[in-house]
Amino acid sequence: MSDQLFDQFKTWYEKRHDYARAWKQRTGGQVVATMCTYTPEELLIAAGMLPVRVLGAHEPQNVSEPHIFGMFCPFCRDSLAQGLLGRFDYCEGVTLTQSCIQYRQAFGSWRMHVPTVQWDYYCPMPNDVQSQHARKAHTSEVQRFREFLEQLTGQKLTDDKLDAAIALVDENRRLLRQIYDYRKEANPKVTGTEAVYAALTAQFVDKAEHNAAMKAVLAALPDRKMDRDEGIRFMTIGSENDDIAFMNMVESVGSTIVIDDQCSGTRYFWNESKPNGNPVKTIAERYCDRPACPTKDYPTHTRFDHVLGLAKEYNARAAIFLQQKFCDPHEGDYPDLKRHLESNGIPTLFLEFDITNPIGPFRIRIEAFLETLREDDLF
Amino acid sequence: MTTADLYPTEPLKLWGKAKQLREQYYQNYASAHERGGLRWSGSAWALDAIPTAFGDDVYSLTGEPYAASVSHDRKFAKECMDSAEAYGFARDLCSYMRIYWGGMHLDKYAFGGKFPKPDFIFQTQICCSHSKWYQHVAQVEKVPQFYLDVGVGPFKELTTDRVEYVANQLHDGIAFIEKATGRKCDDERLIRAIRNEMRSTSRWADICALNKAKPAPLDEKTMYSLYVLATLHKSSQWCADFYDELYEEVKDRVARGIAAVPNERCRLMSDTQPPWAFLKIFRYLETYGAISIGSLYTFGLEGIWEEKPDGSWGGRTLPWEKGIEMKDRDTALRLYADWNLSKPQWQHFYNPQLKTEMMLRIVKEWGVDGVMLHLNRGCEGLSLGIMENRLGIAKAGVPIMTFEGNMGDEREFDEVRTQARVDAFMEQLGLRKKAA
Repeated sequence: MSDQLFDQFKTWYEKRHDYARAWKQRTGGQVVATMCTYTPEELLIAAGMLPVRVLGAHEPQNVSEPHIFGMFCPFCRDSLAQGLLGRFDYCEGVTLTQSCIQYRQAFGSWRMHVPTVQWDYYCPMPNDVQSQHARKAHTSEVQRFREFLEQLTGQKLTDDKLDAAIALVDENRRLLRQIYDYRKEANPKVTGTEAVYAALTAQFVDKAEHNAAMKAVLAALPDRKMDRDEGIRFMTIGSENDDIAFMNMVESVGSTIVIDDQCSGTRYFWNESKPNGNPVKTIAERYCDRPACPTKDYPTHTRFDHVLGLAKEYNARAAIFLQQKFCDPHEGDYPDLKRHLESNGIPTLFLEFDITNPIGPFRIRIEAFLETLREDDLF
Repeated sequence: MTTADLYPTEPLKLWGKAKQLREQYYQNYASAHERGGLRWSGSAWALDAIPTAFGDDVYSLTGEPYAASVSHDRKFAKECMDSAEAYGFARDLCSYMRIYWGGMHLDKYAFGGKFPKPDFIFQTQICCSHSKWYQHVAQVEKVPQFYLDVGVGPFKELTTDRVEYVANQLHDGIAFIEKATGRKCDDERLIRAIRNEMRSTSRWADICALNKAKPAPLDEKTMYSLYVLATLHKSSQWCADFYDELYEEVKDRVARGIAAVPNERCRLMSDTQPPWAFLKIFRYLETYGAISIGSLYTFGLEGIWEEKPDGSWGGRTLPWEKGIEMKDRDTALRLYADWNLSKPQWQHFYNPQLKTEMMLRIVKEWGVDGVMLHLNRGCEGLSLGIMENRLGIAKAGVPIMTFEGNMGDEREFDEVRTQARVDAFMEQLGLRKKAA
């Protein structure tokens, strides 16, 4: 789109390290590299820190191989490479909240080998969030993390500070959903690429600034005129994906990505917290209740109906699996989730993603998929 | 080394009994329904004292050792994996899981007949694949499922509330089985099963500790056929009693200087599951006079260890030997949770340095001259952090080599290439093959 409505988010995305350095200089606060969207950011924000989610760079690298065997997922190897290459040298701390085993390697090697790390914290969040005991257990873990941060900073993380952080982060989630609501419409006023810029930057930009930028966008959206055809409406499914070149390509060949089930998108912000008078419990329960990563989705496959529900709510005609190679949790769900969607009228396409992706061959497959979905004449 | 320099050796007397117990285990599972019994399936890491508390006629099929058995039959293993891949599962997933799934879809059991459907799933979750594995089984077989989340962080950082989280789930596991089977839990039987598991896993560690002796009374290839019993049914009376018997025999071998490998000149250790279809790689090592005395995998997959007052590693002291009695269900489940959470092979799921420290301890206490790391494409869980282990061991000055492979998928193991790497490693260790 030529109206530059989402340019602030695009700039933040492309200059994210510059943004974090500037934030640090401006505020004097600590910056913390966060791994995985299960990180209870509210604690870090309450402590006056800037949580910055580690993302890959989608460029060839040769520094992670001595630390992580090549059979592990490209995202964990790319993320570690960013640390080893000094791209996050402004981060004092690094933290991981327990989810998949693969990403723990990126965290483990990061805290051992990235010289600028001054502190690290591993939060062993329960994986069986469906257990009746998970919420209590995670409340204890969030409380332990809180005490760690209090000791680190020498300052109390009072309930008032936590309540304020919860409200700020919840507002961010609410605003993102309002932007996503525009994608339900025919010929949506927000493209998939724009939506991912908004959702991803929320994961490393100061939430107050991010909220202000989203409010400006939301004020302008009702009058926005789209100069493109929506084509086929797609849903994307997978783990972390911020391959903007891929998304631009998909949306340039006669389609629009209208919704996703990814941790770089909806899984990060979908649900708000439910304040219950105890901010630590409120935070813990919010993360237990969020749309599950496959790692935490058992015994019941809650994802399957959640994904189908999103597809229906956003009127997606078909779904594309963006499968990170070697990502066991998603690979474990894939065949049965594919069957679940297809038996409910949502055709699917499977693409295997790596650190760098072959846009040309992917374009051929997307175009072929579109051809099967269209009913008009080819020539 | 001349013939006169060779250590004395002799076959293990209990070898046949170990094989017979294993064979019986798989037959019992298959025929359980004929005798009015129950079948359940789960991981070798399942806390199996819970189902054991529901009767002597409750039989398990633990997925990993079952798939390892299949791996020896390359043709059937390939058939199983092809079936799982045809269903849509990725080829890079756990090869044990693909073999199990494939056998289920093909409806073929490695020990004859149709694939025996479990009555319920009782699984432990620490690796991402653990839940994915049995979610699919439960869906296909339409059976109830239960998962025990043991991912509460490393044992050295264990807190009361973390133990409580696991113990509370164990209470839920009992309620689950009661509902799934219509049977009631027998607390006396439960406590006996927990005691038996503690006996089995501590005693296995004691047996492994005997391998500190030179010459080593056991080689790792032999140990695979012995440790497997704990992966099958560690809370059973037969398993605990067998390890007591085995301990006495191995102790006697040490006293008499009986070697597993008569030309022992060099002591190695491995890591992770071996490529099961190519165990002859261990015999190849012996042509150099090299013996693998074990590994953290063989010692700590099921063995439960502790540091003794003299600083050495040995089997963890049983609670009742310290005056701690298990007289009620809640106490027993808390002790049971604590016991399992100290499992050596669960620690690297949080930090590779914890595994490196244990491996270096083995190097020191077992007199290891070199380390062979199997970069096992078949198991993400046990290969987790393995490159950091390599860096840590190399930094400590211990000779180390790696080879790529897959415990269950022979398509990912190159025998000739591995032998060539072994040749180069042996040369670095100053060893030459014995002349033909």
